[in-house]
Amino acid sequence: MARLRDVAAQDVLPLAQRVMRRARQGVDDARLRVLGGDFEERVRFLRARYRDRGGDPFGLDPEAAKYAVMVCAFFHRLYFRTEVHGIENVPAGRVLVVANHSGQLPIDAAIIGTSLFLDAQPPRVTRAMVEKWTQTLPFVSTFYNRVGQVVGVPENCLRLLEMDELILAFPEGSRGVCKPFSQRYQLEEFGSGFMRLALQSGAPIVPVAVIGAEEQYVNLGNLRWAARALGMPAFPVIPQLAIPGGQLPLPTKYRLYFGEPLRFAANPEDDDASLERKVWVVRQTVQAMINQGLTEREGVFF
Amino acid sequence: MAGEGGSTLPGGVPSGQRRGRSGPQFGPDFLLPSTVLVSGITGAVGRRLTRALHRHCRVLGVDHRAFPERPKDVEHREVDIRRKRAREVFRGADVRAVVHLGVLHDSHDRSSDLHARNLLGFQQLLDCVRQYRVPKVVLVSSANVYGPRSDNPQFLTEEAPLLGAAASEHARDLVSLDMVAQSFFWKHADTETVILRPAHVLGTVENAPSNYLRLAVVPTLLGFDPMVQVVHQDDVVRAILLSLRPGVRGIFNLAGPPPAALSRVLRILERKTLPVPHTLARLGAERLWRWRMSAVPAPDLDFIRYVCMVDDARARRVLGYQPDFDLVETLRAVDAERWI
Repeated sequence: MARLRDVAAQDVLPLAQRVMRRARQGVDDARLRVLGGDFEERVRFLRARYRDRGGDPFGLDPEAAKYAVMVCAFFHRLYFRTEVHGIENVPAGRVLVVANHSGQLPIDAAIIGTSLFLDAQPPRVTRAMVEKWTQTLPFVSTFYNRVGQVVGVPENCLRLLEMDELILAFPEGSRGVCKPFSQRYQLEEFGSGFMRLALQSGAPIVPVAVIGAEEQYVNLGNLRWAARALGMPAFPVIPQLAIPGGQLPLPTKYRLYFGEPLRFAANPEDDDASLERKVWVVRQTVQAMINQGLTEREGVFF
Repeated sequence: MAGEGGSTLPGGVPSGQRRGRSGPQFGPDFLLPSTVLVSGITGAVGRRLTRALHRHCRVLGVDHRAFPERPKDVEHREVDIRRKRAREVFRGADVRAVVHLGVLHDSHDRSSDLHARNLLGFQQLLDCVRQYRVPKVVLVSSANVYGPRSDNPQFLTEEAPLLGAAASEHARDLVSLDMVAQSFFWKHADTETVILRPAHVLGTVENAPSNYLRLAVVPTLLGFDPMVQVVHQDDVVRAILLSLRPGVRGIFNLAGPPPAALSRVLRILERKTLPVPHTLARLGAERLWRWRMSAVPAPDLDFIRYVCMVDDARARRVLGYQPDFDLVETLRAVDAERWI
């Protein structure tokens, strides 16, 4: 019995302590690698920003956003190993970030948001517009509000821009997300709502090309009849979902290209036809950045 | 336009410094109408409005309830405003402003009687306003006329459609009254019509939001935590005073301190909460309401599910309105002793 106690005290305890220390160090290393050394500083900066304004009227809670970013950072830094280019192009103050939308699930939005939180200087909270029906879902509605997402109505977007926030918009809408694999990196038509809001608020538009998201789920095509029967915006056929583990997106390499801000001046009350030309300019800019990014990359997964 | 005999108050204290804990002891710094008729004077807001007014102008009260604690210089008629006798109040009194606070609520009285009483009473009041050429009429409506909805913008402006009655038939009286006042506004340009739409009024008032926050254990909806706006009853009283200013007309949303999540509100009040899944809560609320065990009809659960908040920029710009009470003071007001 005494021997046993000796062994426990002399060998097992130090060993356990060493393992614990090593594990803690490993966690710290991983944390540093995933979140970067200045993560706490960034959180503090944003906390102060929203506290100084007497809280965010849309329900953003920097503490909740912090945990969401910690989860997304794993995907951003380790899973998709995102390469970020030109993030210094994002100006301070109000700005409308316009990107191509793809990938069946809006992971591209989460990665852009995480990148603006972890890589931009100073850190920015990305506010995106979510579907109205998400507000009817318990937990989901609360989660979205806490991390700064708001109901997608133009009034909210304009109000946020006037509060000098950063808005992420996907003018392709849900047509972009459910694009089949054969149409990857070909932009759908852009809606013109974002342009009207940019003109109304005087916010510059930062075009963003997301490379890598379009291959994360291989969608062979959309079944229109199934979508109609189920009342969904689209019913994609994704064979990988049938394979165990295939539910996760493929670990493609993400590349984000932030372009130089575009500034437009015109009467926001103009009819759609005159806005179309400006929308076309933005769409062409994003498409050109996508094409450039595609020629530069050497592989989908590395 | 103000009454000739009205008194000016010397040295109106700028808003933000009157933190009187002994009720609304402030007065406006402009010429008040010489005679103000308050309908629904015996409610909490009516009493506090009376206290703020009666030293500076003549106050006439009309209510179907008695008002024994009224200040001596207040003339009160205990009469239903639909009655002919109510008209006599106007006769020879030279009423210069009418404030209508008398919207009756009783969620269990589903008969058309209450609806008729509310509408006919207000209609009757507006008839008198027209007949006796009263230059000002103020209706205290509510932000509930917009209704809590999943697709609401975070802040509704005065131009937003009044969809409150779409889900809940209990909001329909409120919406109808608001509409009647709006049509009066357009038809009778010589009377300045003001509609105030305050967010949830808190204080000693016996309204649904105050009663909800007074519960010892507050039920919430599991997974829902909307942002809410509250406004102190004395801030509403001051907004009414500001809207009596000559030249002011139109619709004004009123919000109090910056909005907060419902969970934060309950944390400030240190209430125990009981999160209930929404489907269960709805079923339960329907049953309890049908058995007359609760005063909350099921559609009103949407107030703790979706946002129904207003943008009061117009009131701040045109009325010069600014809430005096911060969030904590406004919330604590529901626990204040009801001595006034």
